[in-house]
Amino acid sequence: MGLAKRIIPCLDVDNGRVVKGVQFVDIRDAGDPVEVAKRYNQEGADEITFLDITASHQGRDTTVETVEKIAAEVFIPLTVGGGIRKIDDIRRMLNAGADKVGINSAAIHEPEFVKAASDRFGAQCIVVAIDAKQVSGEGEPLRWEIFTHGGRKPTGIDAVAWAERMADYGAGEILLTSMDRDGTKNGFDLALTRAISDAVSIPVIASGGVGNLQHLADGVTEGHADAVLAASIFHFRQYTVPEAKQFMQAQGIEVRL
Amino acid sequence: MASTTVAVIDYGMGNLHSVASALGHVAPDAEVWVTADPERVRTAERVIFPGVGAIRDCMAEIRRLGFDALLHEQVASGKPVLGICVGMQALLEHSEENGGVDCLGLLPGEVRFFGAPKGPQGEVLKVPHMGWNQVHHSDHPLWQGIAQDTRFYFVHSYYVQSGDPTLVAGECQYGVPFSAALAKANLFAVQFHPEKSHEAGLRLLQNFMAWDGRP
Repeated sequence: MGLAKRIIPCLDVDNGRVVKGVQFVDIRDAGDPVEVAKRYNQEGADEITFLDITASHQGRDTTVETVEKIAAEVFIPLTVGGGIRKIDDIRRMLNAGADKVGINSAAIHEPEFVKAASDRFGAQCIVVAIDAKQVSGEGEPLRWEIFTHGGRKPTGIDAVAWAERMADYGAGEILLTSMDRDGTKNGFDLALTRAISDAVSIPVIASGGVGNLQHLADGVTEGHADAVLAASIFHFRQYTVPEAKQFMQAQGIEVRL
Repeated sequence: MASTTVAVIDYGMGNLHSVASALGHVAPDAEVWVTADPERVRTAERVIFPGVGAIRDCMAEIRRLGFDALLHEQVASGKPVLGICVGMQALLEHSEENGGVDCLGLLPGEVRFFGAPKGPQGEVLKVPHMGWNQVHHSDHPLWQGIAQDTRFYFVHSYYVQSGDPTLVAGECQYGVPFSAALAKANLFAVQFHPEKSHEAGLRLLQNFMAWDGRP
C-alpha cells in the first residue's frame, strides 16, 4: 500500500456561479460553488479544483469571497486557477484559503514568473496548467504543442519540453489538459498524458475528455497520471466520486475510500 | 468541550487561514489566535507551530523573530504543542534541504531528501510526495477515534528520519519508510496536513484541542 491516486472534481466558475451546469438532486441551488464543493467534500473527493473564468476585475473580488467561503467549510486541498498573473494574485488566493494556484498563460508570457512564484510561496502550491494539442500528422512521431485562448492560438512550444522546463522552474505539479479531447467525452489523450508524466519527476493531473469511469482508470494505468480531473461526469450525477473510486480500485488502482 | 485558547504561531511562512478555520470548526468554543506576538503565545494554553516552503527561509524567520528560544521555552512549559509539516521538520536537529540547515533540535533526527524513490515494482515515484497516504500509528491520545492505517494528506519533498525509534508515533512509506508523526511528552508533530485531511485530520485536531499534554 502507498500513495493513493487522486480524483479531483473541477468547478468552472464565472462571476461566482458554477457554469457548464451542475445537477445535484438534493442541492437546491446547484450553481453555487460553495454548495457544490461541500457536496464533493462529503463524497470523498481528494481535492477540488476551482477554475475561475471570470473576465472582469469586479468578478474577481467575487472569486476571492467564494474561495473564502469554500475554505471555511471544506477541509481538503483546494486549487484555484484562472487569471493568476502576478505574485499578488497568488498571495490573494492563498490568503483567501486556496492551497495551490494554477498558472497557465502567465507562465507562457513570462516563464520566470513560475520561478519567482515557487521561490516565494514554495513549489507545493504552484501548479502549472498546460493546454496541449496534437500537431503531428499521420505517420509522424507524436508531437503536441501548447495552445492558448481556449485552444485557438498555437504558441510553437513543444508540450513535453515545456513540462520539463516548468518542473525545472519549480512547479510542484502539472495540470495537463488535452484541448483535442476537452469536452468530447472520448477519454484523455493517453499518449500525451503518458509522454508528459514519464518526462517529469513531479505529479501530473490528467484532464480533458472524461466521459466514463474507464477513462479515469485509463488515465492512471495507461497515461501514468498521478491524479485525474473531471467536471461534467460528476456535475450531472452521471457518476458519484465513490463510484469512481470503487471502479478504479476494482482495476487494481490504489485510491482513498 | 471546555473553552481553551490556542496560539497558531505566525512567522510569515505560509497560509495559516486553513489551520485556523479547521480549529474553529472542531472547537467552536476555543479562542484561536493566529499571532506573531511571543506574549500571546505564552498566554495560550496550547500552541500550534505550522510551516510551509523552504526550511532555510523558515529557520531564518524563526531566528530573526526570536522564536527559537520561544519554542524551546513553550515545549519545556509542558503545554500541548503541535508541529505541522515544515513546522515538524524545523523541530528536528538538521535538514538536508538548501544545502544543509541546522534546525531547532527539539526532537532527535534528520530531515532528508526523497531523491528518486522507488515503488514496490521498481517504478520511480514522483516528488513531491503529494496526496493521501496511509499512516501506521502508535497508541497515543491524538489518534483516538482514528482507524489504523488511515490516509492523510501529504505534500513534501523532504522526510523525517527519527533519531529515536521510540518517539515515532506514526509511520508512512514512500519508497522509504519515514516518520509521519513524532511524539515526545507534550510535543506532537505531524508531516501531513491535518487541516487538509478531511475527517481524520479534523479528528486529530479535535483530539489535540482536548489533549492534556500527557502521552
